[in-house]
Amino acid sequence: MSIWEFANPARFTRIVSRFLPWISGAAALCLSIGLIWGFFYTPDDFRQGSTVKIIYIHVPAAFIAINAWFMMFVTSLIWLIRRHHVSALAARAAAPIGAVMTLVALLTGAIWGQPMWGTWWEWDPRLTSFLILFVFYLGYIALWQAVDEPDTAADLTSILCLVGSVFALLSRYAVLIWNQGLHQGASLSMDAEENVADVFYQPLLFSIAGFVLLFVALVLLRTRTEIRARRLRALMLRQVA
Amino acid sequence: MLGQYAHFVLAAYGVTILLVGGLVGLSIWRSAKVRAALQKVERQNGKT
Repeated sequence: MSIWEFANPARFTRIVSRFLPWISGAAALCLSIGLIWGFFYTPDDFRQGSTVKIIYIHVPAAFIAINAWFMMFVTSLIWLIRRHHVSALAARAAAPIGAVMTLVALLTGAIWGQPMWGTWWEWDPRLTSFLILFVFYLGYIALWQAVDEPDTAADLTSILCLVGSVFALLSRYAVLIWNQGLHQGASLSMDAEENVADVFYQPLLFSIAGFVLLFVALVLLRTRTEIRARRLRALMLRQVA
Repeated sequence: MLGQYAHFVLAAYGVTILLVGGLVGLSIWRSAKVRAALQKVERQNGKT
């Protein structure tokens, strides 16, 4: 089966309806394990105290915030090159999820920063690039709302998405590009020296898996909704005509 | 259990539950609303 078969809206809707309950269940299971394990059964950090428990929501939310934009980047490219409507609608469906995850990362970061850094906000490279990414998400959503003709809206938002990808990249690599600011290095790294301790790492992996599965489930659900809304609009226009 | 930082930790989890829960709830609500509207229009058009 070719991946391009998913570009057929009817087939996509059928496949989503079959797999969505399983993906949602897996997301709920992973989130429950990761968050309950992390919140109730891990020790306090010797330096950060109980605030280390914020890692189980802050890091997965930041991970999704950046990668949701990359998913939108890929689906926008598919739209621009191959003109598959499902890909444009998938990008549209992912944007509010990415925006909420970026906001969660910003807010939980601020709440974590206050007791650890002594400030809610600092114009640190990673914090600032995340704020810009959030503004791009809002702009992307607003642009979809502002343009009536769906294909034109898909074209314009795809171009905005390609431009915004620069900031998504900066958000990902800000701590490496500018070795300054308050934000520490990556919590998850191929370098074992940089990683968080194993006692925090294992529940964090479950939590990240839960957030990823939740993102996939929400994208599928919202894309199916967008496909149905598009068909509804077409039928209503036909009735009026 | 959470010591002197309890209100920071609980606030972070509270904000996350509120925002992510709201997103999930709104997504399910809109899905049901659009599906019902589409079924209604399809019935009117004589399709199943």
